Formats: sequence, structure tokens, C-alpha cells
Amino acid sequence: MSRNDDHYNTSLAIEAHGLVKRFDDTLAVDGVDISVPEGAIYGILGPNGAGKTTTLRMLLGIIDPDKGVRRVFGHDRPHEIAKWIGYLPEERGLYPAMKCDEAIAFMGALRGLPLDVGRQRGRELMENHGLSHAIDRQIRQLSKGMAQTVQLLGTLVHHPRLVVFDEPFSGLDAINQGKLEVMIRDLAKQGTTVIFSTHVIHHAERLCNDVAIIAGGRVPYAGSVDAARDRIPAQVRLETRNEAGEWRAALPADARHDRKEGGGHFWYFPIPDGGIEALLKRLINGDAGILSLSIERAGLHDAFVEIAGEAAARALDEDAAGDIL
Amino acid sequence: MTDTASRLPLWRAAFVVARRDFKAILFSKAFLFFLLGPIFFGAISIVAGTLGAKAAENNNPPRLAVMLDEAESAAFEAAHARLDDAIGLPQIELVARDEALDAQGLLADTSRNFGAVLSGSLSEPKLSGTQDRIARWEGEVALLSAEASGGTGTPLPSIALEPVQSSVAKTRSAQTATATGAITLLFLLTMLLAGMVLSNLVEEKANKIIEILAAAIPMDAVFYGKIFAMLGVSFVGIAVWGSIAGAILALGSAAIGPVPVPAVGWPLFIALFVIYFAMAYLLIGSVFLTIGSMAPTVRDVQTLSMPATFLQLGVFFLATYSLSDPGSATELFAVGFPVSSPYAMVARAAQDPAIWTHVLALAWQALWVAIFVKTGATLFRRKVMKSGPSGGAGKKRFGAKPA
Repeated sequence: MSRNDDHYNTSLAIEAHGLVKRFDDTLAVDGVDISVPEGAIYGILGPNGAGKTTTLRMLLGIIDPDKGVRRVFGHDRPHEIAKWIGYLPEERGLYPAMKCDEAIAFMGALRGLPLDVGRQRGRELMENHGLSHAIDRQIRQLSKGMAQTVQLLGTLVHHPRLVVFDEPFSGLDAINQGKLEVMIRDLAKQGTTVIFSTHVIHHAERLCNDVAIIAGGRVPYAGSVDAARDRIPAQVRLETRNEAGEWRAALPADARHDRKEGGGHFWYFPIPDGGIEALLKRLINGDAGILSLSIERAGLHDAFVEIAGEAAARALDEDAAGDIL
Repeated sequence: MTDTASRLPLWRAAFVVARRDFKAILFSKAFLFFLLGPIFFGAISIVAGTLGAKAAENNNPPRLAVMLDEAESAAFEAAHARLDDAIGLPQIELVARDEALDAQGLLADTSRNFGAVLSGSLSEPKLSGTQDRIARWEGEVALLSAEASGGTGTPLPSIALEPVQSSVAKTRSAQTATATGAITLLFLLTMLLAGMVLSNLVEEKANKIIEILAAAIPMDAVFYGKIFAMLGVSFVGIAVWGSIAGAILALGSAAIGPVPVPAVGWPLFIALFVIYFAMAYLLIGSVFLTIGSMAPTVRDVQTLSMPATFLQLGVFFLATYSLSDPGSATELFAVGFPVSSPYAMVARAAQDPAIWTHVLALAWQALWVAIFVKTGATLFRRKVMKSGPSGGAGKKRFGAKPA
């Protein structure tokens, strides 16, 4: 079980309808609708430049939409409930001269947490994350990864009900990406709503209950990851010893001979109308020489291609590859 | 629906930003330079003050009051007329003896600007005035007395010198110097602070911190926090410099001699200087902070802030020019124009004892400070997240999938 499958509260943490934002002659976001249930891990998935950051900034009240409405925990103006929200922007930043515990406390103070409480919690958080040796260091003395962790802790120090991450995995190595995934799941287990943007499909696929796929400033799909994957019919993957024979008549007309590998021939086709059992009988009776048979469900990547189009999917892959490079 | 417990009030949010900025600046190297600044500023202000005093003297030079009997006064005036073209002489004004004023009274008459008074007779002249003034005019008075007595060949009479502590001319000159020095100090301080608040904001944008602030608190609070933090820093600086200056004056008063008093008196003048400084800074600081919100890089800041810098220079020259002619149309314009008003009024505080004008001017300036700061905060909120690498424009690469 890789995703958080716990049932979440059915009330909405975020609700947005018809959000539009234009910067000069560029239409950055064009009518975005999003509903994020409380307690969910929600992903906004799209290539760079698709409108993810602008959407998040509108949801958080950093910028106002030109059109449309947004509500966070029922409030039209997110700043009114700033204490309930934590935000980690894509472009990370801290005051270089500040000590780590002060930086965390300052971020908490911006959300209404008293400084002394923030400083105490900051020290505890750093100890819990193996950074006790760096508590009294200045931010400028930290490695990039450590500074990112400090900022992440500052995002959480005031115990927000909603945490918004903009490209949280960007710039992290594999180990820290894994730690962040664990942290996100832990937050959701505690009832915190987590919304994050990403251009890396497997993060969304592993973590999210729901996603909004965004491309060109629009959201062609918003809903559960399962429902997105189910938009593409499951495929039967069949491996046979024989390439020809009477059994071939049992395969659907659109069955595709994908490849020959080792001693087996690989076939892919949709689940036939008569069902798998009937197919199986005919294959056995026709001496197909079954080596393996499985039903493969479409991945989120396939769903993304189906929903957002080839160009957006290619861009998404390029962005993800760019991260690795 | 609004849960006020779920957000910081504007003033508290501004305080969080101001507290951070205040501490950060106070413990930075830049603040040390800021504290050392008055050494340079002081030197510049003294030079400017001296030049201002000279300019004021040229514009309205002190005169020599001639208080002799009628015949000798006429002879002295005729001698002055003969020699004035050949050598530079102080301007003179004949004063009838029946005015019943002694030399001290004439020197204290604020309507006449006398630098010294000649009394006695041409053979036994007596010159009253401040020490430096009678020392400067002693030769000219002896020459004129000899010329008036008999012309060429007449021996120069011995002048009896009667020094006094002060004269209207000396006081005016000192007050003009104080006014010019105060304007210069005000100008340099506001320039320095506006530059500091600007670079602080640009650094914050470069450090990508601005988005964290923008997400947590209203941008108005960020603006107010930044501008008042710098004001607080400047007050610390003024307190330090004031203490040092006070200590120097207290310890070295004997060596320094009597310090000329501004027209409103030193305590009120210092208080007004601090208030006018706050007004001048808030006006120009809000302009600079707004400029900073629109500029993503230091280069852009330099380009955008140039008009504001020119405006400030213009204001400085306007106030300096107008201080030598109180009550003129130029001076009244400088007093009424919001950005130059603090400069012109601090000059007035040095030269004019009237208090009500300051009450009026401060109310007027407070109105404009409110307008400037509010407008600045509004523009700041609109612009600060639209510029720079974080801005949303120019990133779009793809169209949506065709339906």
C-alpha cells in the first residue's frame, strides 16, 4: 500500500471555481476548478509553466484571481486563516544571517505563534530530524539540503491544518525525497490536509488520493487518482510459447503482438467482452502454451497522456528528466 | 464567518516583520557604517552651514550703525560714499542719537540687522559689537573716521572696542548656519535610510523570502513593518549621536563657547528635527519601497529610483535656496509642497520663533505621510509578487489539449 488510503473528512479544505489570472498578455490560469477534501493528500500535476504555482498563489491569497472564487476552509480571504496554513514555496528562501531555531520561530511568528514557543518547537523539530548539531548555526552555514529541511520545519512549526507545498521534491536527493514522502503521509495521518504541486508523476501516483491535472492554465481533470487511471481500460498482458494456432481466434481483433522475448511471445489487448475465464479456456484448448497472463491497470502517466495530451506529457517527462540531470 | 483568532492583526503582523528587520539591521555591519555616517555628514553639514551663513550674509549683510552727532554722521556718510567704490566697506545706516537706544539695544533690534554700532566721536570713536565683528571692522571704521575728520594725512584714530556677547546679525548668521546644517543632515539621513530600506527589500526578493511573507501576512503589513523598522533603526542612531553630541557639549562647553540658540530654542528644535526627519523619511521611504517592489534586480532599482533621487535632490536645493528668504513665495512653496515641507520647516524652526506654523505644517505633512504610505502599500501589494523570477508571466509553454 503506497498511498494514503485512509478515508478523509468529506468537508472541503479548498474550493475554487473558475479561477482566472492574466499577467500582461499572458493568460497564466484559465478557469481552474479545484476541490480538496479535508485530510486528503492532493496533487497538482503538470509540466513547468502549466499554471501550478499561479494557482497555488491564488489559493493562498498571495495574489488575487482576476475572476473566479476561492475558499480555504470556507474563507474567501486566506490571510484571515493564516494560522491554519503552512506554505513551502518553490523558490526556497531564508534569511542567511538567522540561526536555524530563530528562522523556524520567525516563520511560526508570521503565522501567529509566539516567538519563544516557536523557538522551543524549532529546537525540538530539529532534534527529531537529526539536525540538533545545527540548531545554533546560521542559515548561511548550512548545506542546501539542510536549509531546505529547516524551511520545511518552519512551514510546519505552528501545526497547520493545511500544508501547501510547491514542487517540494525539487532539488532534493533520493534519500530526502523519501523522507519527505514519509513526512507527508504522517501529516495526512494526523488529519492535516496536504496539497502539493509536482511535475513528477510517480510522486503524485504514490502519495495522492486526488489530483488535478493542469496544462496550459486549465484543469482538464480533477478527481481521484483511481478514477483517472480507470479512464483507460485495463490491458491483458499474455505471454505464450506458441506464436500461431487455433487459439489466435480467441484473441480480440485489436490484440497487439508486442514482442518476442526469451521463449515467449507478448500480446496486449483489452479485456474481451466474454471475460477472462472464457478466454482462458479457449487459449488452453487451443494449445497456446500460456506462460503468463496478467491484467495490467493503466498508470497515472497513461492517464495524463490521455487527459492532457501528448505534448504536455512529453513536457512533463522532460521536466522530470531535467530534475534527474 | 471571519475567525479573528486565526490571523494576526495587521499591526501585529507588521510588528513581526519590523522586529526581525530592526534586529537584523541593528546587528549588521551596515548599521556600524550608519553610526559612523554622521562624522561625514557632520563635516558636510558644517561646510554647508558655513556656506549657507555666508550666502545669507551676502544676501542680507549686517550693517554698521553710525550713532554720532549730526555733523559727524554726515561727514562719516560722505567719507563712506567716497571710499566705498575703492575698497569694500560694510554698509552703514545713520542712527539719530534721539532714538534713545544704546548700542546693546540697537544690536538686539531684530528688525534692523546691525553687526556693530559706532558711537562716541570721530576723534574718539567707540565700536560696539561681537568680538569677531568689531575685530573685522576696526580697520575700516578707523579709516572712515580719519577720512571723515580731515581726509588724506589725518592720523588714524584709536578705536575703543566694546565687545558684546551677541548681535542680531550674528544670531541670524548662526541660525542660518543651523538651518542649512539641519537641512543637509535631514537630506543625507533620509537618503541613506531610503537607500537602506530599498537594498533590504531587494535582498529579500533575491533571497526568495518575500513569497513566504506574502503567503502568511498581508503585504500592507510587510510594507509597514519594513518602513517602521528602518525608522526605529534611525531613532537608535539619532539617540546615539545625540548622546555623543550632548556629552561633547557638556564636557567641552568651555572650549566651544556659547552655542547660538535656534529661534525656537534647542529642546524644541531637536524635537522638531526628529519629527520632521520622521516625516521626510516616511514620505521618501514609502516612494523608495514602492520602487523596490517593482524592481527585480539591483540594476532595475537603480534605474527606477533615479527619478526619486532627483526629486529628493531638487527638494534639498529648493529648501536650501528658500531658507535665506523666509516668507517669500519660494519659501512658502517649499513649506507647502509635501516632500520639501519637512526640510523647509526645519529651517524655519532655526530662524523663526513662531510655533503655530509647525503645528499646521505637521498636520499637513501627517496627511501626506498617510497618503504616501497608504498608496505605497497598495502599489507594493499589487506589484511585489508580479516582478522578478517568481513572477508568473513568461513561463507558459503549452496550450491545453484541444477538446
